[in-house]
Amino acid sequence: MTLLEVADLRTEFATRDGVLRAVQGVSFSLDRGQVLGLVGESGSGKSVTGFSILGLIDPPGRIAGGSVRFDGEELVGAAEERLRALRGKRIAMIFQDPMMTLNPVLSVETQMVETVLAHDKVTRQAARARAVDALARVGIASPDERLRQYPHQFSGGMRQRVAIAIALLHSPDLIVADEPTTALDVTVQGQILYEMQKLVREVGSALIWITHDLAVIAGLADRVAVMYAGRIVEEGEVEDVLDSPAHPYTRGLLDSVPANNVGSGRLNQIPGMTPSLLKLAPGCAFRERCRYAVARCGEMPELVACGPRRVRCHFPVVAAAAAAAA
Amino acid sequence: MADALLEFRAVSKRFVKRLDAVERLAKRLGAQVAEHTVHAVDRVSFAVAQGEVVGLVGESGCGKSTLGRLGCALHAPTEGEVLYRGVSVTAGGGRQPPIQMIFQDPFASLNPRMRIAEIVGEAPRVHGLVPKAQVADYVADLLRRVGLDASYARRYPHQFSGGQRARIGIARALAVKPEFLICDEAVAALDVSIQAQVLNLFMDLRESLGLTYLFISHDLGVVRHLSNRVVVMYLGRVVEIAATAALFESPNHPYTQALLAEVPRIDRKRRTFVPISGEIPSPLAPPPGCHFHPRCPRAMPRCAAEAPALREVAPGRLSACHLND
Repeated sequence: MTLLEVADLRTEFATRDGVLRAVQGVSFSLDRGQVLGLVGESGSGKSVTGFSILGLIDPPGRIAGGSVRFDGEELVGAAEERLRALRGKRIAMIFQDPMMTLNPVLSVETQMVETVLAHDKVTRQAARARAVDALARVGIASPDERLRQYPHQFSGGMRQRVAIAIALLHSPDLIVADEPTTALDVTVQGQILYEMQKLVREVGSALIWITHDLAVIAGLADRVAVMYAGRIVEEGEVEDVLDSPAHPYTRGLLDSVPANNVGSGRLNQIPGMTPSLLKLAPGCAFRERCRYAVARCGEMPELVACGPRRVRCHFPVVAAAAAAAA
Repeated sequence: MADALLEFRAVSKRFVKRLDAVERLAKRLGAQVAEHTVHAVDRVSFAVAQGEVVGLVGESGCGKSTLGRLGCALHAPTEGEVLYRGVSVTAGGGRQPPIQMIFQDPFASLNPRMRIAEIVGEAPRVHGLVPKAQVADYVADLLRRVGLDASYARRYPHQFSGGQRARIGIARALAVKPEFLICDEAVAALDVSIQAQVLNLFMDLRESLGLTYLFISHDLGVVRHLSNRVVVMYLGRVVEIAATAALFESPNHPYTQALLAEVPRIDRKRRTFVPISGEIPSPLAPPPGCHFHPRCPRAMPRCAAEAPALREVAPGRLSACHLND
């Protein structure tokens, strides 16, 4: 059952050098309980897509068009009160830096109780009990004591757990997580992924996991959408996309990962660098770096179905896609 | 090791936080205050041979960056010795060993008010490696070598992307003709596709200039790709040293095993995560015995009492674990 339907989402920022189109027509849908990995490099628009879903775009940025339907309700252009009622209650966000979520001068207790009371009419004691319970669920030992502490008394991994606990207080239908483990060590990242996976399965929340790390996506997500220069270039089941990528950019990205090049001396690098979004030439944004590019790539390819996945390329690697389907 | 280029001999580095005035007064009045000592690096010994790439891995706070800085004499060891071609790097004598460091943050490690020509050209000019008149040509040559256009020399750091800045940092390190590069998380801040370009550049330079590397990283995939040998650190101590292939195939130390199990991999889809428990203890108060024992699934009573020595468990392979007895 579809929970979230994003259609032709466009977000732009007015800068001194002109209009920067960070997200240029992103469409995808997400079912309840599903985990979508949103992958891309810096500036691909993956975070802005996540922020746009929650309506967290402030001037000079604006959502210039498209629609975000959450459980049948249109969020683009919805009243700020309505969005505030949804945020934290039915849609939660987890940020890369937990200190963006946590207020350094308030105790964790104050912040968690406040979050409960913002949406539910319960007593302080009941709210506190829920906070203790949420901390215990994300694997924080002696939650009763930790609740009285301040954010600076927690380590980075523990802070991120607190941020996740806050996000889960209202058992949201949708969680948007923006690179929540990027700043953490490998073993701590493993712990957070473990807790996150367990909680999503228990609560049944849908999850959008925004990251640049394809390996994390492989372990966590059901589906993956790869973004490049503000557009989705490939989207599909995680096995299809990561085992037999159809878009040359996805292919290049996977080839760049050192773990996929064991034994060979050189990495298969993508030449050049990500184009500036201010000076995008018409046509496929990847064609400057693509080894298969031809004249036809001067016109923008549509995101079209190619077997069970969607690809934005005039010449998708169909053989690979067909092999995966077989 | 006979052909060791850079050698750490039982090197320790401790950072002491001195008491401030109030704390000193409190102590004189009988309060229980003591100086905080961080054992950043604890009796580390290993050597890097000529032409080798040694990867140094570990999580935050394990002392890998401090060790890198000890290697190029940015820190002086509290105990032990760092030797370059058998000569102590801190002995002085006016002559610095030909070791250069490449830093993690390509934004913070370039002076924003200097042009690229000056950033790259300053050191060779000051050290008299290149006659003043030829510095411009020398810089242009270095920029081309790291894959940048020579005309960029007139620009300032803010005009470059992260990947280009990383290349500028490399050009600056190469400018003094080093034999040995210590790369401290040199690609950690870069996007995957740019990271691949810079890693390839490191490999090309190794071949064309005959460089030796100590490559410090928390990214096991990067280390596996680049290194001949890997040194694994945990809370200031070396827990395992092995040839790269052997280490990744059959890690000996429980920490290495846990670390490898935790690394997300593209070939493991929709897996169920099973993390190792606990967090890295604070280096201010490391646990007694083996530092890893509170988190180790196979810890024995002996592990809490006695720190295991790093010793050879197979040819060319060292591990610090009581399980090998």
